[in-house]
Order: sequence, then C-alpha cells, then structure tokens
Amino acid sequence: MDRIPILKMGQFLLVTIQVDLYDRLALSLESDLINMVSHTEAKGVLIDISAVSIVDSFMGRILGNIASMTKIMDAETVVVGMQPAVAITLVELGLTLSGVHTALNVEKGMELLQKRIGDDQAGSNQTEEEEDDRND
Amino acid sequence: MTKESMQITKEQDVILFRNRVKEFATKIGMSILNQTKLITAASELVRNMLKYANGGTVLLEVISKERTTGIKLTFSDKGPGIADIKQAMQDGFSTGKSLGLGLPGAKRLVNEFDIKSELGKGTTVTIIRWKNGI
Repeated sequence: MDRIPILKMGQFLLVTIQVDLYDRLALSLESDLINMVSHTEAKGVLIDISAVSIVDSFMGRILGNIASMTKIMDAETVVVGMQPAVAITLVELGLTLSGVHTALNVEKGMELLQKRIGDDQAGSNQTEEEEDDRND
Repeated sequence: MTKESMQITKEQDVILFRNRVKEFATKIGMSILNQTKLITAASELVRNMLKYANGGTVLLEVISKERTTGIKLTFSDKGPGIADIKQAMQDGFSTGKSLGLGLPGAKRLVNEFDIKSELGKGTTVTIIRWKNGI
C-alpha cells in the first residue's frame, strides 16, 4: 500500500503531500503521523500542501483531525503552501480549518513552529537570551 | 470529447474522475480558480454518491450558452434518496457524521445547481460552472 513519507528534522516532523490523496491514503497519513509524534516525541508537525490542487471537506477534516490529535499529544501542526485558488475555494465551501495553524510557505511555517516551541520553553531560555543581549 | 459518462463504484474512482473533470475544464480554457471550484464541488458530490448510495454514474458535458461555454456534470445514483432536501441543503446538517458542507458548499462553488431526489429510487444532482462565470 502507498504511504506518504514523514521526515524527522530535530523536534519536527515534515510531510510534503505531492499527490492528490485518495481517502485511504489520507487516513493512513493521519494514523502514521500520530504514531510518529508518539515515537519521536516531536513537538511540531509541518504539512506542505503546495502540490495539492484540491482540498475538499473530507481532506479539510483530515487536516483538522491531525491538528487536534497532535495538539493533545503536545505537538503543534502547521499547514503550509496552500494555493490561492484552494484558499478561495475553501472559504466559499465554508471550511474554516479551525485549530489548524497555517503559514504561507515552508520557511515561514518552520519559523512559526520554532517560535511556538520557543514560547513554551520561554522560562528556561530566558537566561540564554539575556546573555546574548550582553554579548551584543 | 464533449460528452462522457463515468461509473463511480469505488474510492479510487474519485481521483480518476477529478482528473477527467480537470481535462474537460482545461480544454475549454477555464481559469484555475473556476477549475478548482468546479472540481472541489464535483469531489463533494461524488463522495456523497459513494457514501450514501454506494456509487453511481456521472455524465460530463461541455455545454454552450450565448457566447460562453461551461461544464455540466450530472450525478445520478440509485441510492436511498434524500428525505428532506431543504434540510440536506443547510450548512452543518449531516446524517453521516461529516461536516455537513457537501451539498450547500458545492452549491456555493458553482453557477447552477439542481437536485432531485425520490425516496427509495435515488438522487440526481446537476451542476454547471461557466468558463468565465462569477
């Protein structure tokens, strides 16, 4: 059976969806991701959908589910690279993707994840930042 | 290639069908945005057909009106039918634990939308997206 590859990069998991997903593939991605979050103790999941030409309500629900599931596993999900036509269509369809963080591209998505994780660990990082300031 | 009928019986047919709709829309020069709206609406309807009626038939047609062309899709199934179409057309209503966006969402994405259903006989949904229609 086909699988969407999931890459681990530091504290994050990266997924690039390069094909239009049929339902079973989307569902297996959902469960694979949750298992990977558990095994790798990842703090963030980045899903790149720049090659996806259609997001219907089923696909939207899968993205929402992934975000909710990772959330209760203490990881953030950010969806990046949505094509403009897909964004317009989603709004008219009435799909809000609530609970899903989005960013324009992979780079901005990584920044967002790093910032959110940084905020969580703000207490422990504070002293380092202060030292950096002194060095400047 | 102005008219074609496709049988939809399994999940994998959805992708094939969407690709076929895209070929039709590309052929008449439909913009990417209108293509995306049409294919998304078609995806919702074909999914409904599989879920509630175990599949059915879709007729794809290139049609013309005045000086414009468009794509007309007719989804026919022999499923249980819809008891209350008015209710089914409301946002958020679903008998299948989904988001309830399929029918009303698809309607918003196309220029013309028609639904006929008879209990025990089946449902027919017809949508039209004009090439340059808003």
